Amino acid sequence: MAALSPSRPSLARALIITRREVRDQLRDWRIIAPVIVLTLFFPLLMNFTADQAVRFVERYGAPLIGERLIPFLLMVVGFFPISVSLVIALESFVGEKERYSLEPLLSTPMSDTELYIGKTLAAMIPPLFASYLGILVYLTGLALTIHWYPTPTLLAQILALTTIQASVMVAGAVVISAQTTSVRAANLLASFIIIPFALLVQGESLIMFWGQYDVLWWVFVGLVCVVLVLVRMGVKLFNREELLGRDIDEINLRAAWAVFFPAFVGKGRAGPIAWYRREVLGAARRQSAPILFVAGALCAGMYLGYTYAPVYPLPVEVMDTREIVTRFGERLADFGFVSPLGAAWVFFTNLRALAAATVLGMFSLGVLGVILLMIPLGLVGYFAGQMALIGVSPLLFFATFILPHGLFEIPAAILEGAVILRLGASVITPPPGKTLGESWLLALADWAKISLGLVAPLLAVAALMEAFVTPRVVVAFFGG
Amino acid sequence: MIETRGLTKRFGSFLAVDGVNLTVQPGEVLALLGPNGAGKTTTVRMLTSILKPTAGWARVAGHDVAKDPAGVRASVGVLTEHHGLYFRMRAGEYLDFFGELYGLPRAVRRDRAAQLLEQLGMREAAGRRLGEYSKGMRQKLALIRALLHDPPVLLLDEPTSAMDPQSAKLVRDAITQLRSEKRAIILCTHNLTEAELLADQIAVIRRGRIITQGSPAHLKLELLGLPELELRAAAPLNGLVEDLADLVEVVASGADWLRYRAADPVAVNPLILQRLAEQRVPVVTLAEVPRSLEDVYLRVVEADET
Repeated sequence: MAALSPSRPSLARALIITRREVRDQLRDWRIIAPVIVLTLFFPLLMNFTADQAVRFVERYGAPLIGERLIPFLLMVVGFFPISVSLVIALESFVGEKERYSLEPLLSTPMSDTELYIGKTLAAMIPPLFASYLGILVYLTGLALTIHWYPTPTLLAQILALTTIQASVMVAGAVVISAQTTSVRAANLLASFIIIPFALLVQGESLIMFWGQYDVLWWVFVGLVCVVLVLVRMGVKLFNREELLGRDIDEINLRAAWAVFFPAFVGKGRAGPIAWYRREVLGAARRQSAPILFVAGALCAGMYLGYTYAPVYPLPVEVMDTREIVTRFGERLADFGFVSPLGAAWVFFTNLRALAAATVLGMFSLGVLGVILLMIPLGLVGYFAGQMALIGVSPLLFFATFILPHGLFEIPAAILEGAVILRLGASVITPPPGKTLGESWLLALADWAKISLGLVAPLLAVAALMEAFVTPRVVVAFFGG
Repeated sequence: MIETRGLTKRFGSFLAVDGVNLTVQPGEVLALLGPNGAGKTTTVRMLTSILKPTAGWARVAGHDVAKDPAGVRASVGVLTEHHGLYFRMRAGEYLDFFGELYGLPRAVRRDRAAQLLEQLGMREAAGRRLGEYSKGMRQKLALIRALLHDPPVLLLDEPTSAMDPQSAKLVRDAITQLRSEKRAIILCTHNLTEAELLADQIAVIRRGRIITQGSPAHLKLELLGLPELELRAAAPLNGLVEDLADLVEVVASGADWLRYRAADPVAVNPLILQRLAEQRVPVVTLAEVPRSLEDVYLRVVEADET
């Protein structure tokens, strides 16, 4: 009567896990109590708050605040219960490991994907159900007290946002839970979810008070992308061996160095030229896909900036090219341009920007790093657009103000963006046989090789060009 | 049924299992003995396809542990070192959950759970929450979980640890009943008496290596030498000990007793008894001096250390 050995992942089998875990949660008063409070009492409190606030602001002739407050509280009522899903998801794997119940589960014929899906759904369904119930209680209260009804679009937005936020939280927390060795460590790492979510909710509330409800759809689309990345990461990183094999979370600098240093030096032990030829250029060749992606993203940034120029035009007096060149000359003098000091200032400013992009990229799977690099190109596009508005060729602007140093600076930005993206992607899909840490350290070695071997020299040349050549070109063309 | 060749597992620079070769035929019980950290649990985890071997291979019930992990897990029943039960569940519900994970139809899992609960004396406790169970009851339920899908291969890690003597006996009896021509069992234990009682083969693992392997009788012969026999008489032996030197190797003797080693006791013992009868010395007992697996184990570990 030996069990069947399944060949393909099945949702029905995943749901066996989900059903058991949901039943287990419903027996745990530590989960049930906050869910009841957040589902029944909190919406009623928000109801009361909305009612009082609307009455108060109406007395002072500011009904707009009340109008904006009610949808905002609807979002809050939906959001609070799903925060419970974070706690459940955080302990989904590591909690079972601590209670020793994980190994019997891993010894069954369930596939990794089935276990992952089963646990993810179990962490999501009860809090999400509580959240929908809370929304229903809140809306019923509003309908009965102040006869307020949401538009179908607003209701759809709030339900979609609540669902996708729960998905992001759970997908992220499951990744953490599968990668840590104790619930304590998982809770500590949860700040990587809590802080971005706190910022997200603040952003959403600003959007709602601003009345730009359509922007919420873009937030939804962005969160869908994040969920897709996190789910892929979760499935790829889920590994029975890692779950049971690791018992200690400690920073082992010696072991990290043992992975990083050989990857950094590689076959370049013969000398710097060999290192440069084999390792630096080899690492650059490996980045062809991210290079293309970042180049595309920077072009898109420039295009976006260009298209926004007519939307937010600068005053005509500001766009007097003669004036610009005069002021440009004064600014150059301020910064000591056309001197080695100016070149050093440009070099270190650019280096600092790329370091900031790298750090931001590390915390956002590379995404924020690339966005930061898109901003200057977006500004270039915007100013090129402004030039076009006053009849100056944007290509001439680009060729004179940007191209002399941009010939070196833009490739440096593209290369750096590519390795930042690779560094972020390394934790999403580690190569077969490599742990998450090893995969990240190998990507870090590539980042170091390209940053030191290519980006820094390119930035140095770009700084010299920006200090000595670009100003002369600009003055030559626009100085009259 | 279970076959491993050069099975090796390395965690970074730590070699946990080093080239283990094991063969367990259907109907056999192999006891894997070794101190804590010797590599027993890592070996079991590789045989359950939870850990991937760094080198070597293993086949369980015809499935390769690296290439067909789902097939391996479907064919193996595992009693893990820690029972790992869900304390808020009741036994029936718990077994039903695991039966479902193993793909058993509802009626089969209900009947099988009832039969195993009865067999291990747990029928009365089936409706109680697992958090209310004693340690022994938890261990028995974990054993039932391992047996639920009637697997051809059983991997039992410390099956009677934390059990009172009566429960331990119940579980040992159950394991004896589980022996069948179709099933291979690996039993990891520190309990040498239990190993001797249940196992057809013993493998001693130390620092990840199998340092000796064989049947208990074979190991005793190899490591402790020929079996010793003790003869006790009702009267003084009066110099008879010297007369027996041509038949056996006398190890020790007293006024009315002697201990000897014989390569072929079946042939020699009747001759000794005949000589004593001729001398009119009444014999009270003639028996083999018990030699425990503990002696074998200690000898093996000592030899490995030197």
